[in-house]
Amino acid sequence: MNTLEIAPEKIALPKKPATRPVSGSVAVLEAFLAEGVETIFGYPGGAIMPIYDALYDYQEKLKHILVRHEQGAIHAAQGFARSSGKVGVVFATSGPGATNLVTGLADAQIDSTPLVCITGQVYAHLLGTDAFQETDVINITTPVTKWNYQVTDATEIPAVLAKAFYIAKSGRPGPVLIDITKNAQLQQFEYEGYTPCDHIRSYRPKPIVRKEYVAQAAALINEAKKPFVLFGQGVILGKAEKEFKAFLEKSGIPAAWTILGLSALPSDHPLNVGMLGMHGNYGPNVLTNECDVLIAVGMRFDDRVTGRLDKYAKQAKVIHLDIDPCEIDKNVKTTVGIWGDCKETLPLLTELVNAKTHPEWLQKFRDYQEQENQAVINKELRPGSTEMTMGEVINVLNEITGGDAIIVTDVGQHQMVACRYAKFNESRSNITSGGLGTMGFALPAAIGAKFGAEKRTVVAIIGDGGFQMTLQELGTIMQSGIDVKIIILNNHFLGMVRQWQQLFHDKRYSFVDIASPDFVMLAKAYGIDGMHVSDRQDLREALTTMLLHPASYLLEVKVGKENNVFPMVPQGCSVSEIRLS
Amino acid sequence: MKQEYTITVYTENQIGLLNRIAIIFSRRKINVESLNTSPSEIEGIHRFTIVINEVEDVVKKLARQIEKQVEVLKAYYNTNEQIIWQELALYKVPTDVIAEKVKVERLLREHGARAVVIRKDYTVFEATGQREETDKLVEVLEPYGLIEFVRSARVAIIKDSHGFHEKIKEFEREKPGAEVIENEYLDKQAEVFSM
Ligand SMILES: Cc1ncc(C[n+]2csc(CCOP(=O)(O)OP(=O)(O)O)c2C)c(N)n1
Repeated sequence: MNTLEIAPEKIALPKKPATRPVSGSVAVLEAFLAEGVETIFGYPGGAIMPIYDALYDYQEKLKHILVRHEQGAIHAAQGFARSSGKVGVVFATSGPGATNLVTGLADAQIDSTPLVCITGQVYAHLLGTDAFQETDVINITTPVTKWNYQVTDATEIPAVLAKAFYIAKSGRPGPVLIDITKNAQLQQFEYEGYTPCDHIRSYRPKPIVRKEYVAQAAALINEAKKPFVLFGQGVILGKAEKEFKAFLEKSGIPAAWTILGLSALPSDHPLNVGMLGMHGNYGPNVLTNECDVLIAVGMRFDDRVTGRLDKYAKQAKVIHLDIDPCEIDKNVKTTVGIWGDCKETLPLLTELVNAKTHPEWLQKFRDYQEQENQAVINKELRPGSTEMTMGEVINVLNEITGGDAIIVTDVGQHQMVACRYAKFNESRSNITSGGLGTMGFALPAAIGAKFGAEKRTVVAIIGDGGFQMTLQELGTIMQSGIDVKIIILNNHFLGMVRQWQQLFHDKRYSFVDIASPDFVMLAKAYGIDGMHVSDRQDLREALTTMLLHPASYLLEVKVGKENNVFPMVPQGCSVSEIRLS
Repeated sequence: MKQEYTITVYTENQIGLLNRIAIIFSRRKINVESLNTSPSEIEGIHRFTIVINEVEDVVKKLARQIEKQVEVLKAYYNTNEQIIWQELALYKVPTDVIAEKVKVERLLREHGARAVVIRKDYTVFEATGQREETDKLVEVLEPYGLIEFVRSARVAIIKDSHGFHEKIKEFEREKPGAEVIENEYLDKQAEVFSM
């Protein structure tokens, strides 16, 4: 044997990653697979055709749901993200396709929903020429995205998508939009594989938790006589439901939720004292102005929660746990701010707080609850009148589902009523457009929610107004065969606006009387079964029929035309000025 | 109390970031008095210098919002006492007037201006200084037929800054230390977390 002959594998050549030629479009889909994406909501068009062409060969691995409008796609992706805890993914074409995403981006931005939206764009050499279906998507979407980026060269795609997913889901989550010019989608390049991103030099999604602030907070809590916890979606986004419950149970502190925090703590938990804000419960609102230490966990003191700020919890020391430092001190001055992921900070706090109960303080919440029962809730859930109320529909629904369903609501009176009365056993079960209040959200979001949690029952609760904003998505249900239960609470009005007109505009009902088609016939046209209910005696059976139906179902319930949602903190009033009627 | 604040922002060099930063102000209907982008002492790191007139509480929140942007490494804000700052101004004046009137030349010298271009028809002077100084020269030149005036954005150096060299090394580390991972303001608890 010749001694000079060395086995080739023994030569230490610098290792070059194996490459293969792929198109930019394929690189997008490979990135999705590497990120664990299974479902895409989208709508094709000229500028995104190369990606759709590539998708043709990926149908086994990536499920694409063809919606009826790009707004439907993005709300569906939001519903998917909210029910599954994963990143929602959207495809849309340039120009009108991209502009149709804007409402959903704004909604996802304000409600911290992780999304990656891919829009097609005209060829790079046409940018700025007013080419067919060219819009400046990056600039239009800058204020409503956590991050956006335009790709004009395919070689950037793997790294940009890795960054997109990382940014969307890390820190305070949010929507990311990647605009890809058609030439980049078509361009062949040497693909070196996909490396997920876990560090961006200029981006600090997670701080190092400062234990001294945790200790200061614990000291305040340990001295408190009337501590009160407010929690928001941060608990859910941080996947910290268990840690949160452990904190509450050790400290014995009553806790109230924002509508985005709803379902993070089971409805029947003894320390769950109810809903905050404009249509929240009586006790939590009034007692906000009586507590001595206010502990806010993953919530952002929205004006619908705080009412008048200069009369909000002025007597209290405020502890604020949040992952976004911009939220600390933004609306409410904090005594101690704990910047961090509540999954990390809550256990540290739990360790330092004394095990306690606050029976007298908790009793105060119960006393207010009793007043609210008598003034509002009993009438709402068990009305004597012949007209049905929204509340009783939710109440019967609770009895049948036992609180196991995912409830997706639209925006308006029915949303407030559903949030007030729906019962939840599990987290990620309440999906609603909170920050933006986007009518038309519920139907597509429910579709997405079901794709994100296929084993669970998904019930969309929608007003007659909001349903007509995105009803075209019945077509998506028809074609995809997804099973979504739809309840339309029909009061023949744009109810929430009518309520304000009644209370604050002398009953001048200006353009709130809205006519509707026959919703059941409409559903039938899409091959979806349904039923009308206008008599109380048929309600339970109708809801049971709907829930037992093996496919999607639409139930229209006629409710009282001029019912109002109470309690209510009128805009510009303090939370303690909450009205029961 | 509203006063001038200079916000210094260290960023990655990325298209679109200028817009992301600008809309933080315009969204809140805050007028940007002056905005300058330039390289920094570190290659690849850009530096924005932004001047606004606001109360400290608002400026603090704005700085946090800026720092929240993915491509922003750090945002500082300072009052005029805490910085060394300069602006540059150009003045175009008819050459015949200057040539005739010796007084003008003396005035220009007094204001530290120097000629950048001298042509038969006009002369361009340059002066560097603070707002009042460059404004003053406008006043002085106006009687002599000032044709054009333009002033640059403010550039500023923070008096007690040690530059960004050390910070950037921290940022580049896989696991940066507390300082760059911390929000600046959380350390100033007494000032920030006021009741
Ligand atoms: C896209 C959009 N347009 C307008 C509004 C303002 N708005 C809030 S609630 C509401 C009425 C909703 O009526 P409906 O869907 O029938 O529900 P209801 O209040 O009767 O339960 C309107 C118009 C909104 N939130 N979203």
